[in-house]
Amino acid sequence: MTPFAVFEPGGDAATALYIVSFSLFIIGIKQGTHPTSAKRGNLIAAVGMAVAVVTTLLLDGMGNWGILFGALAVGSAIGVIASLRVQMTEMPQMVALYNGVGGGAVALIAWSEIRHGISLGDEIPLDELIPILFAAVVGSVSFWGSNIAFAKLQDLIPTRPLAAPGQQVINALLVIGIIAACTITAINNDHPSEGLFIAILLASGLLGNLVVLPIGGADMPVVISLLNAFTGLSAAAAGFALDNVALIVAGTLVGSSGTILTMEMATAMNRSVGNILFSGFGGAPAGGGGTGEERPHTSIGAQDAAIKLAYADSVVIVPGYGLAVAQAQHAIKEVADELEKRGVTVNYAIHPVAGRMPGHMNVLLAEADVPYEQLREMEEINPEMPRTDVAVVVGANDVTNPAAKNDPDSPIAGMPIIEVDQAQQVIVIKRSLSPGFAGIDNDLFYEPNTSMLFADAKQAAADIASEIGNL
Amino acid sequence: MDLITELTIFVLAAFVGFEVISKVPTTLHTPLMSQTNAIHGIVMLGGLIVIGFADDGLEYVIGAIAIAFGAINIVGGFMVTDRMLGMFSRKPKPKAEAASTDGKGGA
Repeated sequence: MTPFAVFEPGGDAATALYIVSFSLFIIGIKQGTHPTSAKRGNLIAAVGMAVAVVTTLLLDGMGNWGILFGALAVGSAIGVIASLRVQMTEMPQMVALYNGVGGGAVALIAWSEIRHGISLGDEIPLDELIPILFAAVVGSVSFWGSNIAFAKLQDLIPTRPLAAPGQQVINALLVIGIIAACTITAINNDHPSEGLFIAILLASGLLGNLVVLPIGGADMPVVISLLNAFTGLSAAAAGFALDNVALIVAGTLVGSSGTILTMEMATAMNRSVGNILFSGFGGAPAGGGGTGEERPHTSIGAQDAAIKLAYADSVVIVPGYGLAVAQAQHAIKEVADELEKRGVTVNYAIHPVAGRMPGHMNVLLAEADVPYEQLREMEEINPEMPRTDVAVVVGANDVTNPAAKNDPDSPIAGMPIIEVDQAQQVIVIKRSLSPGFAGIDNDLFYEPNTSMLFADAKQAAADIASEIGNL
Repeated sequence: MDLITELTIFVLAAFVGFEVISKVPTTLHTPLMSQTNAIHGIVMLGGLIVIGFADDGLEYVIGAIAIAFGAINIVGGFMVTDRMLGMFSRKPKPKAEAASTDGKGGA
């Protein structure tokens, strides 16, 4: 039937190659946890994937090569082009999108499996049907949820929490409905209804939309990470349905590692995963902000900022997402270079969730050739803040808001912050006084030792660098 | 494979995932998440099997979309991770100069 049929499906040879493949995944992930071996780890995992794909293509009985390779080529081409074009700043939404299509693939495979089962006319065994239903529900939630996360990060829809009244009730009813429909399908496993199955897919998709829409942009990294773990689990479920050991192991690995990563991110923001999923950030955000009221603040220009910096002994730069958006990482590096020429000690304080994902800011600064040693983590730099002459906040907002420490009623109360308010002087480079992702006012801007430099981050940094050079 | 064997594999794989990932420097969280994201693209195998054995019109369509989605997930995921990690590997150049200033500041 096929020119290259080599392996019997489910036979020892194919399974052995799948074992090779998932071993490479494990080694790849393990190496991915260490800076010096991460790049190699990624390649090893990619080789593992190639082994798994080739093994599957060589299964006996495979056919429909035209459609198969056509779809493979189209998907690969989109993947290559998208990854080459994406800006480093857009990385989080790219990951969201890739995660979404993965979830979509799982849901579609589940659909196709149940169609196949129905067309055979036999009873579908429960140990196959239950994983199919699980894969369908979770895959569909992940697909739609990831798309919403992508749209929010790409600013296609407002990043603010969007919630309908009675949202929780609607979600709960949807969950109950989905569970009921799955139960009915499982009970009728000798003649399951495809219509009901499609309804399950649609209801799960709606649930994915409704769960992610009310979540504010600041929590999106945690959501993407959680959906990543979900997609992994649904892939494992598909593996149970297809009796495919590579899918079971790889999917489960992603499920468990993704869960840990999610919890670490949530901890860094001092929020529980449940809290993020079930309460939009700042249910009553306008109330605390003192709406419309102008509070006094100090504003300075690039030249004054340059003087403050040039005559300091130690400077800490606090980069945030605004720096990334303005592509200011190279300009900031110039400022740091100018300062170092004058003997000023420069460090970068990296909040665990600076940027839009843990580690995102490190990637951006590494792109600008900032030495790894100057990137200091929050816990490490906070004790040094009182001895710091000038802290420069570039495009960061919520992660520096002292309200997190001082105001127990603040929506971000308890979130760990970089304590720039402890530094002798603070310069905040920002376009306006507008609130950040969490949608709340930042008390830092109105502190007596804070100077605001209203400008585009990149322009401001370039101006400061040239002013320092002229001093 | 029987259900119990599959469940055994599932539970062991879950523990391996927990063990392998713990204590990751924050710097590597995004790349690692992106890499694991690429790995769950393995579900494309399911699409390959579906289309390989498909025999009705709608199954071709569903399978083809599933394969395309899976391929985007795999190819895009690994390439993007590689680009991110590439940012880190270029650091030896400014290192010497930076190390000296840093040493002074820290002392």
